[in-house]
Amino acid sequence: MVELLSWGRYPRQPQHPHAVFWADEISHVLGKIVETNKTSLIYGMGRSYGDSCLAVSNQVVTTQGMDRILAADWETGVIFAQAGLSFAELIQITLPRGWFLPVTPGTKYVSLGGAVANDVHGKNHHVMGTFGRHILRLFLYRSDEGIVECSRHIRSDLFVATIGGLGLSGVIVAVEFQLRPIETSRINQTSIRFGGLTEFFQLTASHDHTHEYTVAWIDCLATGQNAGRGHYIMGNHAKADIAHTHTQLTLAPHKRMKIPFDPPFSLINTLSLRAFNTLYYHKQQQKQISRCVSYDPFFYPLDSLKHWNRIYGHAGFQQYQCVIPQRDGQTAIADIMQEIAKSGSGSFLAVLKQCGDIISPGLLSFPMHGVSLALDFPQHDQKNTQLFNRLDRLVHEVGGRLYPAKDAHMSAEHFQQAYPQWQQIEAMRDPRLFSKFWQRVTQ
Amino acid sequence: MNATLSPQNILIIGATSGIAEAVARRYASIGANLFLVARNSKKLAIISSDLIARGATNVQLFVLNAHEYDLLPQMVEQAWAAFGIINVALIAYGTLPDQTRAETDLDYAITEFRTNAESVIACLTILANRFETQGYGVISVIGSVASDRGRGSNYVYGSAKSAIESFTSGLRSRLYKKGVHVLLIKPGFVATAMTANLNLPEKLTASPESVAINIQNAISHRKNVVYTPSFWAFIMLIIKLIPNIIFKRLSL
Repeated sequence: MVELLSWGRYPRQPQHPHAVFWADEISHVLGKIVETNKTSLIYGMGRSYGDSCLAVSNQVVTTQGMDRILAADWETGVIFAQAGLSFAELIQITLPRGWFLPVTPGTKYVSLGGAVANDVHGKNHHVMGTFGRHILRLFLYRSDEGIVECSRHIRSDLFVATIGGLGLSGVIVAVEFQLRPIETSRINQTSIRFGGLTEFFQLTASHDHTHEYTVAWIDCLATGQNAGRGHYIMGNHAKADIAHTHTQLTLAPHKRMKIPFDPPFSLINTLSLRAFNTLYYHKQQQKQISRCVSYDPFFYPLDSLKHWNRIYGHAGFQQYQCVIPQRDGQTAIADIMQEIAKSGSGSFLAVLKQCGDIISPGLLSFPMHGVSLALDFPQHDQKNTQLFNRLDRLVHEVGGRLYPAKDAHMSAEHFQQAYPQWQQIEAMRDPRLFSKFWQRVTQ
Repeated sequence: MNATLSPQNILIIGATSGIAEAVARRYASIGANLFLVARNSKKLAIISSDLIARGATNVQLFVLNAHEYDLLPQMVEQAWAAFGIINVALIAYGTLPDQTRAETDLDYAITEFRTNAESVIACLTILANRFETQGYGVISVIGSVASDRGRGSNYVYGSAKSAIESFTSGLRSRLYKKGVHVLLIKPGFVATAMTANLNLPEKLTASPESVAINIQNAISHRKNVVYTPSFWAFIMLIIKLIPNIIFKRLSL
């Protein structure tokens, strides 16, 4: 029988799945779990890195079978679908008709419900905000009320508690949201090599307003003169070209390599990391390269490698993603990068992203106006704890916060200060839903 | 274009089953017309909206319980009235009986057998005559690898599926001469609502999507019998080869 883990495979607490295929089965399945285990949680595609998708009871309700489109208006781009539908499947259906996701994270293997519960953001946060901003209405199953519709106008308390609400306000059953029109499936991409953080902030200041998608990859192990070097990547949806009308809205071919099993030890160590980062940085010879690419490698570079999380071996890994308020962005990020470089640990690639000032309706939404940094760390208990403690202090001092969807370590104190509205979520929580993350940061 | 190779009009009986839904989605994405039959009208309506969004040209619904044999002619008439011709019919419904209960509860055992065997035979009989008049098309039925050998752990289900297997074998011979093809699909473990509560071995369990690809290919290549995933042909061959003297001692 399949036992489920979170994406980081740490903490390693296998979850026992109970599948639902229709909304009217939720009450029964949840009821049966709760009878003997008190609480449960909803598990979508399992792309949350830490423990926010793990039930305290280790008994989860899985929703992948609830993946139907309930209504689609191809004139207006409004789509209404069950929460288990994945972004990958959505793209297959919407893209050939000239519509794309308004906001997408770096993997398309997330469920619609998961995208709402974590209020995901992407490379266009500075112009489109989070996914939650594009939601028109939600249908939620609550153990005390049954299925409830909520939106900005109806039951708005429940609506704002569900967007970014980590799946605690009820079971997200169906979501209606607005797609964004596209003329082609390609992205005009420009990649600029930069030598340090100052240069990154100059690039982002001068290019973010003309490019919908911007992100930077950073060599997290470079020190001294090379500290903060990386590639700044920006892109816009390519416009239609009259000469090639028949190939303009084409889906990317379905090719995926697979990591077939857990290697006996982590393939990520200081040596392989340093080599990879240096190679990656120097791969681009010219200062600036522009080309037209398919949406798939542009948005989802890691999706081509199925189960890439296995490269960290049995122990798994943790992601550290923080956002630092704009005012202190540059100095705090420099300090954090320095700590990480000193530790010699860290990811293949660190991701740096300037977040915009568009506010999400969600109470627990992660992004804020400022800079976000994300890195993966192979799991080494002591080493990670020591480093994360130092990083947490730096983030906390400048009023930054960590991303619950990626977290497996933050303290209750840091969480509660960073997300002061957590008590509203706790008050709205469906008593039958309880995650290990929520237990850790609220008790 | 050969109408039977690129089916346009598909009739699915048991359209709310996991495998049927996955097959319907594949045909929807190439713009097919679908006539869906199932007992739950609410589920049918949801599946219909999903298939329309995925590209189906026209979806028609018919509510029918497997035991309502007198409604079968009406269902067939409506399907043909809706689209003029039917290129492919798929019978996809079934239940998974609780073997232990079936050993002591005779009514239960008989009802389960009727659902999985008798009602499918009724359906096939009515469909066969209509297809015979049409003179072409494919009738496909979802059987099971369980029909290959009765096993102690699920022989009520297995024997019902065996009945289907024999019936389709005969029907295939009869209809072959009339230009109509009969396909028997034999899935192994598939992760659907029917098996959601079973402890299935992960490595042997297929997704409904991958099974649907095999079914669609088998239909367009006019296969007689198809195991899906294909490795089940090998597994079942071994199971069939075990001598009874050993087989009866195994807890399979």
